[in-house]
Amino acid sequence: MSATTEKHELPHTIQNRKAPIYLDYQATTPTDPRVVEKMLPYFSEQFGNPHSRSHFYGWEAEDAVEIARESVASIIGANPKEVIFTSGATESNNLALKGVANFYKDKKNHIITVVTEHKCVLDSCRHLEQEGFEVTYMPVKANGLIDLDQLRETITDNTAIVSVMGVNNEIGVIQPLKEIGAICREKGAFFHTDCAQAVGKIPLDVEEMNIDLMSISGHKVYGPMGIGALYVRRRPRVRLVPMINGGGQERGMRSGTLPTPLCVGLGEACAIAEKEMGAENERLRRLRDRMYQSIVGRLPEVYLNGDLDQRIPGNLNISFAFVEGEGLMMGIKDLAVSSGSACTSASLEPSYVLRALGVNEELAHTSLRIGFGRFTTEEEVDEAVELIIHEVERLREMSPLWEMHNEGIDISSIEWAEH
Amino acid sequence: MTVYLDHNATTPVRPEAAEAVAAALTVTGNPSSVHGAGRRARALVEDAREQVAALVGARAEDVIFTSGGTEANNLALINVAEGPIFASAVEHVSVLDGADNVTRIPVDDDGIVDLGALDRLLKDALMKVGAGRALVSVMLANNETGVIQPVRKVAELAAEHDAVFHCDAVQAAGKQDIDFPSLGVHMMTLSAHKIGGPPGVGALIVAPGHQATAAIRGGGQERSRRGGTENISGIAGFGRAAEAATADIEHLRGLASLRDRMEDEIAAAVPGVRIFARGRDRLPTTSCLTMPGVSSETQVMAFDLDGIAVSAGAACSSGKVSPSHVLAAMGADEDEIKSAIRVSLGWTTTAEDIEKFTAAWTRLHARVGGGSLAA
Repeated sequence: MSATTEKHELPHTIQNRKAPIYLDYQATTPTDPRVVEKMLPYFSEQFGNPHSRSHFYGWEAEDAVEIARESVASIIGANPKEVIFTSGATESNNLALKGVANFYKDKKNHIITVVTEHKCVLDSCRHLEQEGFEVTYMPVKANGLIDLDQLRETITDNTAIVSVMGVNNEIGVIQPLKEIGAICREKGAFFHTDCAQAVGKIPLDVEEMNIDLMSISGHKVYGPMGIGALYVRRRPRVRLVPMINGGGQERGMRSGTLPTPLCVGLGEACAIAEKEMGAENERLRRLRDRMYQSIVGRLPEVYLNGDLDQRIPGNLNISFAFVEGEGLMMGIKDLAVSSGSACTSASLEPSYVLRALGVNEELAHTSLRIGFGRFTTEEEVDEAVELIIHEVERLREMSPLWEMHNEGIDISSIEWAEH
Repeated sequence: MTVYLDHNATTPVRPEAAEAVAAALTVTGNPSSVHGAGRRARALVEDAREQVAALVGARAEDVIFTSGGTEANNLALINVAEGPIFASAVEHVSVLDGADNVTRIPVDDDGIVDLGALDRLLKDALMKVGAGRALVSVMLANNETGVIQPVRKVAELAAEHDAVFHCDAVQAAGKQDIDFPSLGVHMMTLSAHKIGGPPGVGALIVAPGHQATAAIRGGGQERSRRGGTENISGIAGFGRAAEAATADIEHLRGLASLRDRMEDEIAAAVPGVRIFARGRDRLPTTSCLTMPGVSSETQVMAFDLDGIAVSAGAACSSGKVSPSHVLAAMGADEDEIKSAIRVSLGWTTTAEDIEKFTAAWTRLHARVGGGSLAA
């Protein structure tokens, strides 16, 4: 008994840690200090309203906003005139889907999206369904990617817009945007992609990928919260019905005073990401592989959710069999990780993304989403690995199911009989 | 130093608010996450919600944070997409253009809403079978002239006809005491960057029992009334600015004496000047006045060269200079509209600023005034 206790004792450095290790980079990223530094003057000395056309304060703010717009455009290969600022990716997704659907509704009323999209895409689509639009929710394969042939067959002459995210927020898988774009172009449907999790993580080029609309988030790319952008193609032109009216800012597509400091923050965040993405991805891949190899090397019955290769380096999503999900989260409270998306993390429902991959309910309940990012260190990864392995082993030791499994009893057949 | 007299367009962020913003920018955590980092972010949002509620005497749970006043005004209007919408003709464009079916309530020469006309509009609406519940939107104070509307009387009329009443208090907040519960208002719009908070955040205050429908969906934030991850730094700055503005109301009220002295001097020097709504209850910080024979554009350019920032009307527009719909609704003639500028004071304004402006105005008038506006 004493030997067992000793086995589970953690190094003192970890036990005495005060601030939890932040490994939830898909929920939000810290605002990069370089970004904060760029933003701060626009809260104080350079406070002008960028729409004031009659004095220096306004012009100064407008210049800052336009430089930021260029940086946002640059990271996705767009023209700055095609970038409009919004309050965040949720608004961008709402605007892209409802805006395009409503503008073209007399010609086409079919929308295609995917079951693993972010809640705000799915909610917008459901809202459009209530208004009489027809929506197809495409399934995904077990690795989280869509079937391109199936997409080709699903698009009809009546399809106005196809919305497929670039990178999934829970499992980090990268959808084949270039191939999807080519199919949409060939079939004459607009292609919208929610790239909140993709910008700064994977190379994006709206021309090469035939993207017509793209949603961008500030706080997922080391910029501030409360700012995002929507790319809207000009040639061939994509038109949309605005959601926020009055004032006519952002070429009439999005009214409201532009928040200069937030725009500057998003611009700087994109400029940094564009410059550092290559080296940073290599560093994150090493950290990610280090964690993954340690966990699968030392723990049996561990399952990775989503494709490993078609995945951003900053994400792992792992299910631990024979472990109670809530117990696991409680046990590793020195790690800021999540069991699913942040929006739904207060609910005890298993992730709909994992269910869509065909992950069974038990495994979906014991999943951890681990997000790595710019400020994650090797030491933090090593500490996190120890904590997770320690806790999983501890919980399994208390689990009768684990005991039965080790005795060679097929747990799933017992569960099945109980139902 | 430049003299900034365009506070109604945006006012500098108060130091307390800037500090709160800077501090919040270093907090990592999504307020919806359940771990410690998320809960710290959540606490910032909830503290600010109480501070913003306190600015207008509302309950914290009645505050829906939005991306600004424009979004909040739009959100208020979509709540009654079924019924007719009556908005005063001097409302901000985010109300007038906030829905397709806005009927304008006429105003008098000073821009005060015509209560008799509103009464008739509401009565007619009630007569129409199946028209749905009407919505009335009348601002507390106008952004161009500063004139204050008889909101309590409008509320009584709305209640009499079972209409929903929305009040845009963006310009009034922080410049006069507002008591949301006793005003008889169902929804009220606030904006952070007009009270010394950061841009990019606003709020819609919704009275208890009144339903608000989400326009931006997904994620379930703001109790499913507004989706999207909360703008933490903006919200924290808004909260702190609300607190600072409440404490500074007396100071802003006192600016009326500077404004009045400026108006008195100018009116005495040039009798042909029109100062809009001068005799009425106005915000202490706003003056809208004409310089006879000198176009608004000429004036703002000349003042800019003199190091003084004023505006030719509302800041928001796609860049084209269009005549003010506010002054037009007040029945001002074309020459008056073309020669009007807005001077708006704020928490940084000093007596010296106003003296400089008055002197510059007088100089400019002496140089180019009295001509013809004919193009």
